[in-house]
Amino acid sequence: MRNPQLNKNGELQHLLSLDGLPLSILGAILDIAAPFTEVAEREVKKLPLLRGKSVFNLFFENSTRTRTTFEIAAKRLSADVINLNVSTSSTKKGETLLDTIDNLCAMQADMFVVRHESSGAPYLIADHLHATGRNHIHVINAGDGRHAHPTQGLLDMYTIRHFKKEFHNLIVVVVGDVLHSRVARSQLAALTTLGVPEVRVVGPRTLLPTDVERLGVRVCHDMNEGLRDADVVMMLRLQNERMNGALLPSPQEYFKVWGLTPEKLALAKPNAIVMHPGPMNRGVEIDSTVADGGQAVILPQVTFGIAVRMAVMSMLAGN
Amino acid sequence: MPIELPNAETLLARLVDQIRPNLSERTALVGIHTGGAWLAERLHRLLGIKAALGTIDVSFYRDDYGSRGLHPRPQRSDIPFDVESADIIIVDDVLYTGRTTRAALNELFDYGRPGRVDLAVLCDRHGRELPIGARYCAFTLPQPLPASRSLRLSRDATGTLSLRLIDA
Repeated sequence: MRNPQLNKNGELQHLLSLDGLPLSILGAILDIAAPFTEVAEREVKKLPLLRGKSVFNLFFENSTRTRTTFEIAAKRLSADVINLNVSTSSTKKGETLLDTIDNLCAMQADMFVVRHESSGAPYLIADHLHATGRNHIHVINAGDGRHAHPTQGLLDMYTIRHFKKEFHNLIVVVVGDVLHSRVARSQLAALTTLGVPEVRVVGPRTLLPTDVERLGVRVCHDMNEGLRDADVVMMLRLQNERMNGALLPSPQEYFKVWGLTPEKLALAKPNAIVMHPGPMNRGVEIDSTVADGGQAVILPQVTFGIAVRMAVMSMLAGN
Repeated sequence: MPIELPNAETLLARLVDQIRPNLSERTALVGIHTGGAWLAERLHRLLGIKAALGTIDVSFYRDDYGSRGLHPRPQRSDIPFDVESADIIIVDDVLYTGRTTRAALNELFDYGRPGRVDLAVLCDRHGRELPIGARYCAFTLPQPLPASRSLRLSRDATGTLSLRLIDA
């Protein structure tokens, strides 16, 4: 079966998911991202790689950080960036997703950065472009439903490698609402591909997928046990809309059991790093002392996110 | 007929002699990855240049990106001195089409406006496709090399430099 992310030469054509992405390509993205971090320190923070290319940011779901960092990444590569405010556009008037894409293709789009509340929407677009022979146009998934958020997964891996150098000797813990999290799915796929020997997922039964062990991870329903000797603690955002349903009693209750406090973090290795994809709910999944503390690498994650997105865009546009 | 290549260490000494009379307070070196960076490292020491040594990887500025894609494993460029008004010597191992030099110039100007830029190369193999010449050049091949051959600098475990010809 054709891998929808790769072209006929086995090169990256679209970035849709980290699940099924070969280790060689995943590693190449992380390697290529490293020199892009240096561009931010220059007088002229621009590279000519995407000069003359049009990148369309298509966000069918709200986002600030992801959309902004994609925009900065594309602009630092000299692309023309068009942000579409989809909530006020033709979609509201009944236009289908693929009709929107066809119209933007008629405006000579070179790349689509897509966020959509439906899992699989970026696949649908990539498949449509393939079926209509428009193989020079690239799609990047910026988060689809509960499925995947590959660039977040990549920037998390870049952050881990930056601080821990290697993957093969780590204990990595993912804490929180794995069930609803596309970030967690991308993280778990990447951690497994990169050969992390022990990946734990920690959270209440109601927020962990029933068959999560099949992803090659260890499941812990006890926060203390889950954090013990960890090298990397990756917190997930607890989405507000989950709090008042049947899944959780209250934010306060959640924080008491699953919130990351200095006391709980002390169970991890002394040099463990704490990550969070943002936006954070202080006092719900993470205590402010930890979020602002010396072990948190949450802001470096954001900075690295720009370099990683530059790497992905320049790899795609060159293939 | 096999082409006789000169000893790279001898050429390096010649390059030092060519550059030395023109050194100023503002001279700084920038080596192009990878061969040029090795050379620049040696020149920096031999000439006793005060400004910290710079290195550049032109992967992000290459004009064949559109047709060949991004080169794998680009290195980090590092310009640790103030480019503004500096007298910069770009150092490369081999001068061929001039496209690498063009890319390096473009990248350099994204760091600031140098006072002057020169080019120093160990070997000129002919075949220019751009109006670029080297102010300092230790050796020019008597005849152009065919495009199928690649001339490269290598460095052994002891740090000794040598030139070799390979099939591109």
